[in-house]
Amino acid sequence: MPALLEARGLKAYYGATPVLHGVDLVVEAGGITALLGANGAGKTTLLRAICAMVRREGEIRFAERALDGLGTEDVVRLGVGHVPDGRGTFVHLTVEENLRLGAYTRGDRARVADDFERVYAYFPRLRERRRQQAGTLSGGEQQMLAISRALMLAPKLLLLDEPSFGLAPLVVKDIFRILRTINRDERVSMLVVEQNATLALDLADRAYLMETGRVVMSGGADRIRGDESVRKSYLGY
Amino acid sequence: MTALLHQIFSGLASGGIYASVALALVLIYQATHLVNFAQGEMAMFATYIAWALVQAGLPYWPAFLLTLAIAFAGGVVIERVIIRPFDKAPVLASVCVFIGLLSIFNSLAGFIFTYTIKSFPSPFAEKAWYGTRFMSPHEVGEIAVTLAMLVLVYAFFRFTPLGLAMRAAAQNPVSSRLVGIRVGWMLALGWGLAAAAGAVAGMMAAPIVYLEPNMMGGILLYGFAGALLGGIDNPWGAVLGGFIVGVLENLAGGYVVGPDLKLTAALIIIVGVLVVRPSGLFGYRIVTRV
Repeated sequence: MPALLEARGLKAYYGATPVLHGVDLVVEAGGITALLGANGAGKTTLLRAICAMVRREGEIRFAERALDGLGTEDVVRLGVGHVPDGRGTFVHLTVEENLRLGAYTRGDRARVADDFERVYAYFPRLRERRRQQAGTLSGGEQQMLAISRALMLAPKLLLLDEPSFGLAPLVVKDIFRILRTINRDERVSMLVVEQNATLALDLADRAYLMETGRVVMSGGADRIRGDESVRKSYLGY
Repeated sequence: MTALLHQIFSGLASGGIYASVALALVLIYQATHLVNFAQGEMAMFATYIAWALVQAGLPYWPAFLLTLAIAFAGGVVIERVIIRPFDKAPVLASVCVFIGLLSIFNSLAGFIFTYTIKSFPSPFAEKAWYGTRFMSPHEVGEIAVTLAMLVLVYAFFRFTPLGLAMRAAAQNPVSSRLVGIRVGWMLALGWGLAAAAGAVAGMMAAPIVYLEPNMMGGILLYGFAGALLGGIDNPWGAVLGGFIVGVLENLAGGYVVGPDLKLTAALIIIVGVLVVRPSGLFGYRIVTRV
């Protein structure tokens, strides 16, 4: 499969402190790539670096286009939907307003109306609560909202930062099932950061393992799952 | 009774001016958590521009609208050129910039237009049919203009995509960038709107207080008090606060302490309210689930 996103020698900094030390990464068009690793490995930073939310160096290309020098808004406008760490809900706005903001950059009104219906079909709870202040939603509902908001952008690539974080197992199962459907039916590629390696490897077809700002292993999800050191450190059996 | 009603109504009239200033302050406060001390002087300068346009022979309403456009553009330019570089500076640096702007506009107005007090035209004829026993036509017209502006601002924020994007950018800049909103421009638009709202206040106040470089000093204080009283994070609270301050000021001046101490009395009441409700009468209590 051709590469949708390709990073080479990607470095990122918080202030003067380097956090990523030259990461090479490929997300294939139409595929789901998982990013595994312990706390502080640099997974979230990698997603932020893609969206120019931190100072970065190195080469990133998205859909045949170099991203260096672009601001967050411009990267997003190219079709990168970022579901951030902490969900990034606009808590004072209604669910519907949150979704409308997701489609802010789009001019095609009729298609936007269709997409409202589509995300409501994926997550009927959001339709029920569309007039409700988003801050009053449960954690699971806010995660659904965050994913839906990113979908409203009609993205080519979804960056998902720990979609399972803090949620009940049943809700997680539901959300991951829907992510798989979205990937299959809408051909949206995904880069998923997950602490829960079992979950992530079930969803993904490729995976990268990070440690302290470097990629230490990469390959097909099955190969990573089969690796003994990964099994011991991250899968726990 | 007539006298009392008269005091209340004319309080509402000056309250409309304070409400416009309060709205201008809130528009910038919501996005930056800073109070623009130069808001009054910017409004005063815009009023001089309106005066110059009228002197140049433009009829009142075209001059009024042109002034709003100029004030809006001026607000945008000030944000992009002067305020932007202090984006990540400490709060005190921004405060210094605001005070600098205040004194620049004040001196500039004196330099260009001199400190001589000028009369400023009211678009509302002295004996118009809408004058009442309690309010002069200018007071009625001024309240109408204020309310029309509030409705327009409300509709803009409530019903347009750009208004929604501005609200989003003020509440959560990080998430706003992630949906593609150009947050920097939203701040600049906020400054433009605030400058235009201030210009309305200036042009409505000038026929009463007369046009001179220090005309907005007291009005800015009342507007700020109104914003605090109503809740500076809630535009509608701030606007209502402006009206309340106008009425309180008049009643205190008319019946309690006399005209000399009316500002003091009004401010004491406001401090009293804030002691009991620090976020203002209508300030937001944020309700979230964690």
